[in-house]
Amino acid sequence: MKLTMAQAINACLDQELARDRKIILLGEDVGVDGGVFRVTEGLYAKYGKERVMDTPLAESAIVGTSIGMAAMGLRPVPEIQFDGFSFMAYHQVLCHMARMRNRTRGRFTLPLVLRIPYGGGIKALEHHGEGIESLYIHLPGIVVVAPSTPYEAKGLLASALESKDPVVFLEPKKLYRAYKEEVPEERYTIPLGKARIAKEGKDISMITYGAQTPMVMEAAAELEQEGINPEVVDLRTLNPCDWDTVTESVRKTGRAVVVHEAVKTLGFASEIIARINEKAFYHLQAAPKRVTGWDTIIPLLAGEDYFFPDKSRVKAAVKETMAEK
Amino acid sequence: MARRRVYEGSVDYLQILNEKGVADKKLEPKLSPGILKTMFELMLLTRAYDDKSVKLQRQGRMGTYAPILGQEAVGAAAALALGKDDWVLPTYRETQAYIARGVPLEKLFMYWKGIEEGMNFPEGTNSFPFAIPIGTHLPHAVGIAFALKRAGRKQAMLTFVGDGGTSQGDFHESLNFAGVWQVPLVVVIVNNHWAISVPRSEQSASATLAQKGLGYGIPCIQVDGNDALAVYKAVSDALINARSGKGPTLIEAVTYRMSMHTTADDPTKYRSDKEVNEWKKRDPIERFRKYLQKKKLWTKNYEARAMERFSKQIDEAVAKMEAYKGDPHDMFKYVWSEITDNLKEQMAEMEKFYGAGKP
Repeated sequence: MKLTMAQAINACLDQELARDRKIILLGEDVGVDGGVFRVTEGLYAKYGKERVMDTPLAESAIVGTSIGMAAMGLRPVPEIQFDGFSFMAYHQVLCHMARMRNRTRGRFTLPLVLRIPYGGGIKALEHHGEGIESLYIHLPGIVVVAPSTPYEAKGLLASALESKDPVVFLEPKKLYRAYKEEVPEERYTIPLGKARIAKEGKDISMITYGAQTPMVMEAAAELEQEGINPEVVDLRTLNPCDWDTVTESVRKTGRAVVVHEAVKTLGFASEIIARINEKAFYHLQAAPKRVTGWDTIIPLLAGEDYFFPDKSRVKAAVKETMAEK
Repeated sequence: MARRRVYEGSVDYLQILNEKGVADKKLEPKLSPGILKTMFELMLLTRAYDDKSVKLQRQGRMGTYAPILGQEAVGAAAALALGKDDWVLPTYRETQAYIARGVPLEKLFMYWKGIEEGMNFPEGTNSFPFAIPIGTHLPHAVGIAFALKRAGRKQAMLTFVGDGGTSQGDFHESLNFAGVWQVPLVVVIVNNHWAISVPRSEQSASATLAQKGLGYGIPCIQVDGNDALAVYKAVSDALINARSGKGPTLIEAVTYRMSMHTTADDPTKYRSDKEVNEWKKRDPIERFRKYLQKKKLWTKNYEARAMERFSKQIDEAVAKMEAYKGDPHDMFKYVWSEITDNLKEQMAEMEKFYGAGKP
């Protein structure tokens, strides 16, 4: 069946709600309305308001109550409508969601999946398109996942819903309806903590995740036409990150370009390049590069196209890296 | 067109035991001698454990500690109102609630010594670890209450928050959610008049803190927090309502923090001895002692024997706390459900430098 990413996530939630009675979806407008991105469309009608719950408008309490539910053995799936509103709940994630297992030496664990549509590119208002992943990756105890395709989204979310750890599931808004791809109807899982080689190559490693992945794949295809054969690494899980796959790829190619839309300073590329330097420095034939959002406030919708990395910047970075001898 | 009143609300105040230890005959709950003595003894134990904790901190044998002194009745009486299957989530100043639930004393000493294992409460105590960031635990309490309701087993959740905590967003969000969801939750505001150095009068312009429940459609009452009977009665009634599906209750217990905010605080900087001395007259234990004496349930000898028992219990717990050998590897073990490769690498590095221990 060909599905968009929004439909693939919906299909996954549907299957998981049917599979595990402990799963509860909650958030603003997730019920009757099916969510502002329609990701939970139809689930309220099918599973009822006990399992798909519209909550009052308060992000901190949506996450905070989910923490209490999860500690008691339920598996809540809170949704925050937009990344820019996740900050009202950030203290709950930082102070409690990330720490309950450690604080209680495993007595209480929080098997919950916090779904947050992330990233820009949909021409929405301020606070509706933020590259927030570093804020979550920076918290030990949280699994951070960013799917890159409809197929990936369904399999990764199914795994997240079986995880013993709290998961922040960052759904790239830009890809919700960008395209359809073949997604199996039956349940399948994609393991957390394992990156994938989205395209094999030998000349340079293009490392990315989430929203930028399809664009990077296109850039890689075009570069191939021009005689450069890049490998594309899709990280899938940002924390705990699969550093072995990153290292192996860079050791093979000797070159690396990292792409994400979050700001450059302390964006995830900083960590990725630091790890490459630690583990693959002597295999490098050129200085690693990063293509990221600028270190600015993300412009409002009229100017946002000037902010996000695009094919022209990515291809230029690859060519510059390849030109180093 | 018309202008008419669309809402009216009021808040009751409940005191059963006055400052002289005399109970109001009409209001006095019919409690067995057993439960009355348990209540008294828990308050005595709390005061002794509290006193010991401050001393241990002063001797450098424990870390920063938040004294309970003067507030023994609230946490003790409220927790004793719980049924076996109910749950509790106190703040750091109602740890006597944990004692009431059967959490071993050494766990509490360990926690204040800075040992995570102290918050690993035994199964069956139905106790949830307190949160240090003020008020942030309240949504957890709502979530726990939600889960209890979902399980359909007539259980209730009891939680506490200070007067300062009522200013936090999480307090309001939690009451709002609790009201909308009608969860089996009892929230006790422990109004001890001081949020470190900020007095109750600067915390909120509302006449009572209890009335904040009205804004969320939650029944509310103010009680004398130094009157264990009033606390017990109000919390018991609220728990019965909660278990029978009548939703949450907000209780303001008016008490006073007789000691420091924590052992790192100097209250003489911001409040007068005169005020503190006024509150001494309303001591919850003194009052309850007189009450028991009138009921012929108290003798000097009875209290002395109880204190002897507690002192032994405390010494044993302190010995266990001091004998506990933590393992620094544990910091890597409980981050995620499994130790990641990244953490294994860092754990090896830690071992290399500190494997033989740190002085």
